Amino acid sequence: MMNTYDWQQTLFFFAVLLLLVKPVGTFMAKVYQGERTFLSPFLGPCENLLYRICGVNKDEEMGWQRYAGSMLLFNLMGFAALFAILLLQHLLPLNPQGLQAFSWQLALNTAISFITNTNWQAYSGETAASYFTQMAGITVHNFVSAATGMAIVIALIRGFTRRKTSLIGNFWVDMSRGTLYILLPLALVAALVLVSQGVIQNFSPYRTVPLVQATSYDKAQLDVTGKPRLDVTGKPLTDKIIVNEVSVPMGPVASQEAIKELGTNGGGFFNANSAHPYENPTPLSHLLEILLILLIPAGLTYTFGIMVGNTRQGWTLLAVMLLLFVVSFVVLQWAETSGTPQLTQLGIMGGNMEGKEVRFGLAGTSLFEVATTGTSCGAVAAMHDSLTPIGGLVPLSLILLGEIVFGGVGSGLYTMLAFAIIAVFVSGLMIGRTPEYLGKKIEVREMWVSIITILSAGIVVLILSGIAMITPSAVSSMANPGAHGLSEALYAFASMANNNGSAFAGLNANVNFYNILGSLAMLIGRYVPAVAILAMAGSLAGKKYVPPSLGTLPTDKAPFALWLTLVILIVGALTFFPALALGPIVEHLTMLGGN
Amino acid sequence: MSIHIPQPKSAFDKELMAGALLDALKKLDPRSLWRNPVMFAVEIASCITLVTFILSLTGANREPVWFTGTVSVWLWLTVLFSTFAEALAEGRGKARAASLRKSRTDVTAKLLKTPDFASSQTSVGADQLRKGDYILVEANDLIAGDGDVVAGAALVNEAAVTGESAPVVRESGGDRSAVTGGTTVIANSIIVKITANPGETFIDRMISLIEGAKRRKTPNEVALEVLLIALTVVFLLVCANISPLSIYSVAAAGQGSPVSLTILVALFVCLAPTTIAALLPAIGIAGMDRLFQKNVIALSGRAIEAAGDVNVLLLDKTGTITLGNREAVAFVPVGGHSELELAKAALTASLSDETPEGRSVVALAKQKHNLLPEALPVSATAISFSADTRLSGVDIDGVMYRKGAADSIITFIGKQGGIVPKDLEERVNAIAHAGATPLVVCRGAEVLGVINLKDIVKSGLQERFQQLRSMGIKTVMITGDNPLTAAAIAAEAQVDDFLAQAKPEDKLRMIKDYQEAGFMVAMTGDGTNDAPALAQADVAVAMNTGTQPAREAANIIDLDSNPTKLLDIVEIGKQILMTRGNLTTFSISNDIAKYFAIIPAALLSIYPQLGALNVMHLASPYSAILSAVIFNAIIIPMLVPLALKGTKFRPMPAEKLLIYNLLVYGVGGIILPFIGIKAIDLGIGLFI
Repeated sequence: MMNTYDWQQTLFFFAVLLLLVKPVGTFMAKVYQGERTFLSPFLGPCENLLYRICGVNKDEEMGWQRYAGSMLLFNLMGFAALFAILLLQHLLPLNPQGLQAFSWQLALNTAISFITNTNWQAYSGETAASYFTQMAGITVHNFVSAATGMAIVIALIRGFTRRKTSLIGNFWVDMSRGTLYILLPLALVAALVLVSQGVIQNFSPYRTVPLVQATSYDKAQLDVTGKPRLDVTGKPLTDKIIVNEVSVPMGPVASQEAIKELGTNGGGFFNANSAHPYENPTPLSHLLEILLILLIPAGLTYTFGIMVGNTRQGWTLLAVMLLLFVVSFVVLQWAETSGTPQLTQLGIMGGNMEGKEVRFGLAGTSLFEVATTGTSCGAVAAMHDSLTPIGGLVPLSLILLGEIVFGGVGSGLYTMLAFAIIAVFVSGLMIGRTPEYLGKKIEVREMWVSIITILSAGIVVLILSGIAMITPSAVSSMANPGAHGLSEALYAFASMANNNGSAFAGLNANVNFYNILGSLAMLIGRYVPAVAILAMAGSLAGKKYVPPSLGTLPTDKAPFALWLTLVILIVGALTFFPALALGPIVEHLTMLGGN
Repeated sequence: MSIHIPQPKSAFDKELMAGALLDALKKLDPRSLWRNPVMFAVEIASCITLVTFILSLTGANREPVWFTGTVSVWLWLTVLFSTFAEALAEGRGKARAASLRKSRTDVTAKLLKTPDFASSQTSVGADQLRKGDYILVEANDLIAGDGDVVAGAALVNEAAVTGESAPVVRESGGDRSAVTGGTTVIANSIIVKITANPGETFIDRMISLIEGAKRRKTPNEVALEVLLIALTVVFLLVCANISPLSIYSVAAAGQGSPVSLTILVALFVCLAPTTIAALLPAIGIAGMDRLFQKNVIALSGRAIEAAGDVNVLLLDKTGTITLGNREAVAFVPVGGHSELELAKAALTASLSDETPEGRSVVALAKQKHNLLPEALPVSATAISFSADTRLSGVDIDGVMYRKGAADSIITFIGKQGGIVPKDLEERVNAIAHAGATPLVVCRGAEVLGVINLKDIVKSGLQERFQQLRSMGIKTVMITGDNPLTAAAIAAEAQVDDFLAQAKPEDKLRMIKDYQEAGFMVAMTGDGTNDAPALAQADVAVAMNTGTQPAREAANIIDLDSNPTKLLDIVEIGKQILMTRGNLTTFSISNDIAKYFAIIPAALLSIYPQLGALNVMHLASPYSAILSAVIFNAIIIPMLVPLALKGTKFRPMPAEKLLIYNLLVYGVGGIILPFIGIKAIDLGIGLFI
């Protein structure tokens, strides 16, 4: 299944990731707790200047309503700015290709997609977005939508650590610190490394270069009315067109690429995303990008551990994530290396390479796709549409689980904590105690919030995928009929509602149905849990602390980790088994049947 | 006074079952069923299948009539089983209340104008008595209501409420002034001031508690219900989602038919957490009922749940940890006297001492040296304990036998010119350090030795405290003893901590300190001075013998006035939560097998390949769906005994307990339905 090189690459990757968890986590804890870091001498003055300009009193803390209000207001302003940029793109600078404005439906979908950290792209970057849009619009949101997610989870962690208070921190401060101290420096370093690997960074117009090997195609002749001209036998008349040059898109890619991964955003500069050689040229850049995707979500578990005063609590959650990650990786890698009976019949050995980049190999591709769908990143280095049915089931399932296998920056951890609360609730009952987590009693309010958090995306997927299946315009958008088409539409809504943003491809998503319902899915999937989590932060902060005793279920040990994993899998399986049965599972069985 | 809650026969008694069945049918009324939202949804689902069944009779439905009909019947049975479980749990309470009601007979009271035996009297019905009225109760009269004796004293037979036939004295003033309605005066007359309006008497309150009329959902129950409702909504959407997906798939595959309404409804009911939702009310009611069996009344369900969470138990030493009285356990001679000599003197000094301690000295003398208590000679003078000398004993023919605390005896012999033996202090201190009480015995001016009076720790307590410790519950002994004695007893009983020389305000402060540190504190109390501490504690158990303020401050009343009951209450509290948690896990784990039964069956006509998911090899799609529905229904009555009795309580650390319960109810919950559904499918195969 894996050769020596694959093993070395995979083990090296995990080793580096796990080694980075502690330093990155510690650093983030310091930043959010307002402690001095090695960056403070340079960034401290910038931070203070920012507060002075915006009139923020950094020592003034907020209750959850104000925190949530500030967060929503900030995101709304971000939406307005991005929406305006997209609609006015043709009037704005840095548009050497003279690209036109977005339609309002597409602009709406795109703006919502980027403020919600989804980065679903119903457009192709190189043919639709100007450099100004990419930098001032999209890249800015890659930073702030990530910082928003982190701020929310930090507020929730404060809720766990505080006692009998209504205050959970200052949104503006958390937002500024996350962006200034964590995202910007890391993105800067990562961008430079990516440039060293060949990722481009320029403002040049697209270049036209001669093809090494000319090619040709038949173009239909059109009459004056635009209808195809037919010959006497009724066949369309065509002209043979010889193609011997090609337009190569340029742009400030590296600066966007780094934060695209680091902030688990995933919106590619180019349509091919991280499969494009200018976004992801070498195996080293490939590993670096995967690392960037997982770095903050993994590090946050340690930040969580430090802030709640028991790093084992963080390691336990990380272990659950890692377990699900490794299992997904193994299944995906197995499915792709096994290929299909049809490929074997054709004598094609070495697994299913369709839609994959040879320079990354099968194992490298599997690692990237698990990372990008387990987190809410959604960047892709291969076409998911071309995966084997079981291979395609893996990214789809990872998204449907609620983006918790490391998860989006911030959102992954808070969703995981919501799962932990459900797990604690049931297991607490099973040992005869009214449940508590990290010393806080889990009561009706926490149950509501946790359930809303883990189920809202799933509910949206169930409703919208159902509507799609009986809406003719939605069905006609599918490139493939049958069970695969169902998988495509299911994947589209799963991706949007869970703020992943990757596409199964094969689905033309730039139609009103997907643009508008998709926007709705992204909004609900992002803000309903976010506000609910902040409400829970407030309610937890107000509770007193219950010290652990022998009768308390330890939530930092293996049995709880396994139980939590089981809860996650059961909730996911029970919610989506029928839909998956009609999609990937039936595809797989059909494939085995030789059809 | 020890009141006994009537204990009816087993819950599975025929008469109770019949009554429960009738109640179960009444509970199908949607107006009462909506309080259990999950089962309410199942009832709506049952109505839908009833409609599809009727449609299939007219041929408007493409499924076989027998299939739709059977599904409908079993869905209705699912709802009925659920209401039956609740009715059955309530049945025992009702039987109890009915038998208590019998003790209330309509009586006529002799109403007095003034609390005076000479006052004029009028006859009124008991139901017309109001608080503050005075009534005269004479020999052979029934007392018409709860009240306090304000004049006179009488012998009262309280068998009607206590079950004890020995009459007790009730008299004005002091602790024995309270009388309960429904009891009978046997001799003498008393004037009673009524303290409760009709319908508010102790028996009335007990009846209403037992009937569960005022039962409210506890916060934990509500939180669990949130989870169950959310799951139900999700499964509703899952089933609704299958419909368009199957419509699309039919078009895509070019064969088969979309999943029918009957099958979608059946799937929904199977997936919804019906097992736990059906049994949830029964679990709570049965928990209360188990408390009644222990003769304990919880004034709210919340108090029992809190008991499950308790991590600090404050226990009074006397009566709870030790037997009520100290006992003599050894004679320790001093100054060269023999043990026999000491025993004889101690026996003599104790002959007229009727206190339990005195009697224990007599008993020890007999046990150790076979000395029998003889009647005191006529010339003897009994000297009873006085606060002045703090000694007691006997004078026989001028010889003064005395026993008392060391310092009192030293003063006593000092006056007579006696000399304190050198080894006395050492012996006395040795006994005191061991937590016992040294009682020095002298004959005239001669000190003979020391009696070792010891607090006897109840047997089996160490083990019980050990269990509590393994559950993370800390035990704290409260005593008025000095710290030295307290420490010794605490060590012997193996409690975790103690509070010596405790005053009521110390108790209150200790509870507050523990609560401040986040602990849940339980305590028992009976005196008025315990009331503030009881009111502060999270779980407060008042002895029924306790004073009114104590009873009002508590949230649990122990009718037996047995302080160790607290341990039972904690266990029952935990059992209720565990039963809920275990059945929830079981209920949800079941869904996996049900999916494997229903999904391939429902989609087989569209994609025959999905037959591969029919891992149980169920005979036909209809039989598969029906088997899942039947399994889902009959698992409810099968689990009723478990819901009523509660899952067995095993004291062990949390993590072990979780693993154990996960293996039984989680893994078991996954496997069992595969077997059950297959078995039912085979059974159905016999008929079709």
